Amino acid sequence: MTKTIGDVILRCDNISLSFGGVRALSDISIDVREHEILAIIGPNGAGKSSMLNVINGVYHPQEGTVTWKGQTRRAMKPHESAESGIARTFQNIALFKGMSTLDNIMTGRYTKMRRNLLWQALYWGPARKEEIEHREVCERVIDFLQIESIRKTPVGRLPYGLQKRVELGRALAAQPELLLLDEPMAGMNVEEKEDMCRFILDVNDEFGTTIVLIEHDMGVVMDISDRVAVLDYGRKIADGVPDQVRTNPEVIRAYLGAGH
Amino acid sequence: MLYREAGQFKTSYAKDLAIFPIRQDRWFIALVLIFFGLVVPLIANDYWLKSILIPLLVSSLAAIGLNILTGYAGQLSLGTAGFMAVGAFAAYNFNIRVPELPLIVDFILAGLCAALVGMVFGLPSLRIKGFYLAVATLAAQFFIEWVLTHFGWFTNYSSSGVISAPPMKMFGFAVESAVEKYLLTLGVVLVMALAAKNMVRSSAGRAWMAVRDKDISAEVIGIPLMKTKLTAFGVSSFYCGVAGALWTYCYLGTVEPAAFDLARSFLILFMIIIGGVGSILGSFLGAAFIGLLPIFLNNMAATIGHGTLQADTMANLEHVIFGGLIIFFLIVEPHGLARLWQIAKEKLRLWPFPY
Ligand SMILES: Nc1ncnc2c1ncn2[C@@H]1O[C@H](COP(=O)(O)OP(=O)(O)O)[C@@H](O)[C@H]1O
Ligand SMILES: [Mg+2]
Repeated sequence: MTKTIGDVILRCDNISLSFGGVRALSDISIDVREHEILAIIGPNGAGKSSMLNVINGVYHPQEGTVTWKGQTRRAMKPHESAESGIARTFQNIALFKGMSTLDNIMTGRYTKMRRNLLWQALYWGPARKEEIEHREVCERVIDFLQIESIRKTPVGRLPYGLQKRVELGRALAAQPELLLLDEPMAGMNVEEKEDMCRFILDVNDEFGTTIVLIEHDMGVVMDISDRVAVLDYGRKIADGVPDQVRTNPEVIRAYLGAGH
Repeated sequence: MLYREAGQFKTSYAKDLAIFPIRQDRWFIALVLIFFGLVVPLIANDYWLKSILIPLLVSSLAAIGLNILTGYAGQLSLGTAGFMAVGAFAAYNFNIRVPELPLIVDFILAGLCAALVGMVFGLPSLRIKGFYLAVATLAAQFFIEWVLTHFGWFTNYSSSGVISAPPMKMFGFAVESAVEKYLLTLGVVLVMALAAKNMVRSSAGRAWMAVRDKDISAEVIGIPLMKTKLTAFGVSSFYCGVAGALWTYCYLGTVEPAAFDLARSFLILFMIIIGGVGSILGSFLGAAFIGLLPIFLNNMAATIGHGTLQADTMANLEHVIFGGLIIFFLIVEPHGLARLWQIAKEKLRLWPFPY
């Protein structure tokens, strides 16, 4: 791969987060560089999902700061992070069950649609034009993910693997600069995993999207990521290129200890 | 294979975005419009217009309002009739206090007043959901009824609390006869139904449904929850408010809080449950079903029972059938008649082949 990894675009400094007595994250600092794929790994309950939630403002850490594109803050609202170019998928599929694939993906365009309610009620002129423009963006995403045939199907009726794909589509429709993927391949068979890996690499390659992903399958992680950060009990125990991390004794211990 | 889209290829996204992309649907809608716009005014008698069709249309409008809030945005409300009352009384008060305003403006202002009140009572939805929100909207229902009965200003200090609606004038024409009132109601309801259909297939509608289906992902995508929920309350109550004004001016002819009690809120809720939660068409089907069922049962009883069935038996029978149907739809077909209609169309597409 000949891509060039840029400067640090997202920097998390000394993040600590607890829920009541449970300390989910302790003093974690992670940098993410532009155009890279960073994998976060670690045993269950290590705080990986919490870390993503801190980055896009779902959780607000008690200590530490997040610097995104030069702006430093303790916390932002989730919709602010969406507006500033961060999109994500969830560990447990969080699609809009009653809506079609297309409508789910169209919601990804929400922050970019400008026409007000009155125009929408008329559905005419500029409002219609806007709807068509954004439809075109979504159709490109649908093409890319090869889900043309389920465009109009309510997502609740789709098999699990396809739902995961639609959820990726919804995030991609926002044309994000930073894409957070929480276990995008969990529960998939080998073939589905291969497809998903290809999509992730293609997104990164074609659009230069920076990606932070959480994944348990070490084979996949070593294959697709530029860098790996390892969390254990809310602490970061390692951070480096895949080969470095694989041979790190502390990582091996954490994984053996957790029964992996 | 009478009904199918074979050969009707959509060559652009614009065509695919058409409100009725299938040709047969367009024909069907055109026929329905011609029937209700031209044929009905010619053939229907005053009884049908005044006592059946007008209330049916107005109920459909209120049902659309509730469907926007409950069916699309997922916020359960029992305050529908309360918001209708706000609209009715606002239209009346603008009408008599600012006589210079055209009646159509009074109706729009009525909608806006109801929208404002709806948004205020929608504020709890930012914190609470489901059952608890239903209770909060129930409070809205009782509070509005109480205010309208206890402050004489709203009823212009009339002693009985019942006042007749002033005569109507629209665009310089007096609206007096049943046909005229019917056509006015039909016009308002059609325009607003079209606007509702357009909103729910645009970004606002997708935001409502997103909040309904999974509020956390909605927020992460950039849909602000507060704005989206309050917009749903506002638009929904606007529809209910205009429906309330029409109920008063075109149907009852009187302005009275008692016309907008909790029972009406429930009736409209039943309409969307039977017609289809989250469907504009379903709002009409549900209103028609609930409006026509008693008439149908009465006629049945008259032909079959030859007067042996007593009136109170009939009333009870009606309740039993209503209750049964509501339970049936809640359990078996939560998307109501609108979904059954869709299934019928899908079957028709394959007909005469089973697959
Ligand atoms: N919303 C929450 N409320 C309470 N505890 C939470 C919440 N989210 C996460 N936790 C706790 O934080 C810890 C880390 O969880 P999580 O980030 O989901 O781990 P991972 O994704 O690595 O499996 C766990 O102990 C979990 O129970
Ligand atoms: Mg997790």
